[in-house]
Amino acid sequence: MSWVYFSGILIMSGINLLTVLGLSLLTGFTGLFSFGHAGFMAIGAYISATMTMKMGIPFIPALMIGGFAAMLSGLLIGKLTLNLKGDYFCIATLGFGEAIRLILDNIKYFGGARGLPNIPPYTTLTNVVVINIVAIIVLVFIIKSRHGRNMVAIREEEMASQVIGIDVFKYKMMSLAISALYAGVAGGLLAHYLGYIQPIMFKMVKSTELTIIVIFGGLGSVSGSVIGALLLTFLPEVLRSFYEWRLVVYGAAVILIMITRPQGLMGGKEFSFKGISKIIKRFRNKNKDDGEVKS
Amino acid sequence: MPALHYLNNRYKEVEELTVFLQQIINGLSIGSVYALMAVGYSLVYSILNFSNFAHGGVIMIGAYIGYFSLTLLKVPFYIAFIISSLGTGFLAVAMEKAVYRPLRKRNAPFLYFIISAMGASIFLENIVIASPIGPTFRTYPPIFSTTPIMLGPIALGRIDLLMFVISAISLGSLVYIIEKTKIGLAIRATSYSIKGSTLMGVNVDKVIFIIFLLGGILAGIAGMLFGMKYTVYPQIGNITTKSFIAAVFGGLGSLPGAVFGSILLGIIETMTSGYLSSQYRDLIAFALLIFVLVVKPTGLMGKSTEDKA
Repeated sequence: MSWVYFSGILIMSGINLLTVLGLSLLTGFTGLFSFGHAGFMAIGAYISATMTMKMGIPFIPALMIGGFAAMLSGLLIGKLTLNLKGDYFCIATLGFGEAIRLILDNIKYFGGARGLPNIPPYTTLTNVVVINIVAIIVLVFIIKSRHGRNMVAIREEEMASQVIGIDVFKYKMMSLAISALYAGVAGGLLAHYLGYIQPIMFKMVKSTELTIIVIFGGLGSVSGSVIGALLLTFLPEVLRSFYEWRLVVYGAAVILIMITRPQGLMGGKEFSFKGISKIIKRFRNKNKDDGEVKS
Repeated sequence: MPALHYLNNRYKEVEELTVFLQQIINGLSIGSVYALMAVGYSLVYSILNFSNFAHGGVIMIGAYIGYFSLTLLKVPFYIAFIISSLGTGFLAVAMEKAVYRPLRKRNAPFLYFIISAMGASIFLENIVIASPIGPTFRTYPPIFSTTPIMLGPIALGRIDLLMFVISAISLGSLVYIIEKTKIGLAIRATSYSIKGSTLMGVNVDKVIFIIFLLGGILAGIAGMLFGMKYTVYPQIGNITTKSFIAAVFGGLGSLPGAVFGSILLGIIETMTSGYLSSQYRDLIAFALLIFVLVVKPTGLMGKSTEDKA
């Protein structure tokens, strides 16, 4: 396994991770379900690629502009549909994601269905890692803050949190906007890594795959999402012969997870060294107890 | 020459009218198949209150069962219809037992139902792609001659006619079952309140079984009709998304709404590809979906649901 190949997979899992982090805030912490995150990625990808290619704007500002464009569209779609009941919101995101793809198919400026080639390859492993670290820190701060707790309250019991005075609509908007921003930046990174983008890359399957990663890692756990994104990008690469069956197994796994362990891999818990040392300590104490009993 | 000019104009008008009527007929035939699919979504939604995205996968499997019973077993087409609808009916019921029943028993939140439905639909689509059947497009063997029946200047495709007739018969029988039989009464009662009908002695598990069976049977018929008209491939589910839009359009959970929404969507689609461009057909369908959700989220005929705390 050469380094170039290995770092390529790392970059791809970093890009996936960034979107998954945003989606984790939306699905895992706020309890909203999106079928259209590939659409936000597409907006970010196309806008930032046009910025660097046609306007000559440097990479990082272009990424930010792409991210903000995705965020704006997120705010727009949220404004229209977030006061609907849960089920209808996810239908609306489905329509949104597909509509974005079909619009891009028909815009000549963006190359239509053939896509946008010759995007400068600015994405490197370093900037993917740095952006991801920043994203994780920001996300953890949001979740730990009052705003994050309000989002969790909405996930747990929307009616009750409204009664105690949480502005449900506002926090849903906030959650959607942040997750769209993440997806937009990830789309920009993807465009500048692959060097070309096509509308077909952002099909509904992409959105569902992202959601599967969040579920797999565990709803309501940031470290679960990180582990899920890394694991589910690496596994299909390592098991190439398994590639065709990947989605079959994903589908079955999702059902199994929902039936047996709906909290996912991490189950709403976070990975921390304190937690691990606690587990080790408990383990040790158990051994000690056993020893004492024997003596 | 004013007279000739007048005649010429008249001729153009008649021609435009013919094209228009032709589009309406095409729209009706595709819309009726959408209706068969949309009813399946609506039936499940009316009782369990979640969108069963795996229904698209069931329709796709139905199209494949029909295809293989026509090509491998070489049965006549009406027997193929029976085989495929029984197969998908069985599949839908099995899915309910394996996937949704455990969730129901645990009173899981509706998010888990949607996620599982999504998982099931991914599973069904990709198991066909990964299996020896593969992702290739397959065409049904010709059953009818492709020469249309001419009604004056309007051409009536034989398959279109078949689509319309079979859909109408199936939907008619469904309406009969729901409106006139005892089990239909149970279905209607359960759709109002699961708790209440349980107290009244309705076996809710049985009602849900029947719901999935009916939806599955219709899915098989719809899948086969769709395959006969176009082609069969694992991503047929993407088209069934449009029947889902139709169900939302008419109001999720309402059967007349689903049928009405489907016919309307079929006509809008053929009109778009006839007068604008077929490239915009899907775009308009999705834009319409968002528009309906924004303006009237419960659809044209949907029952309004309230969140009960």
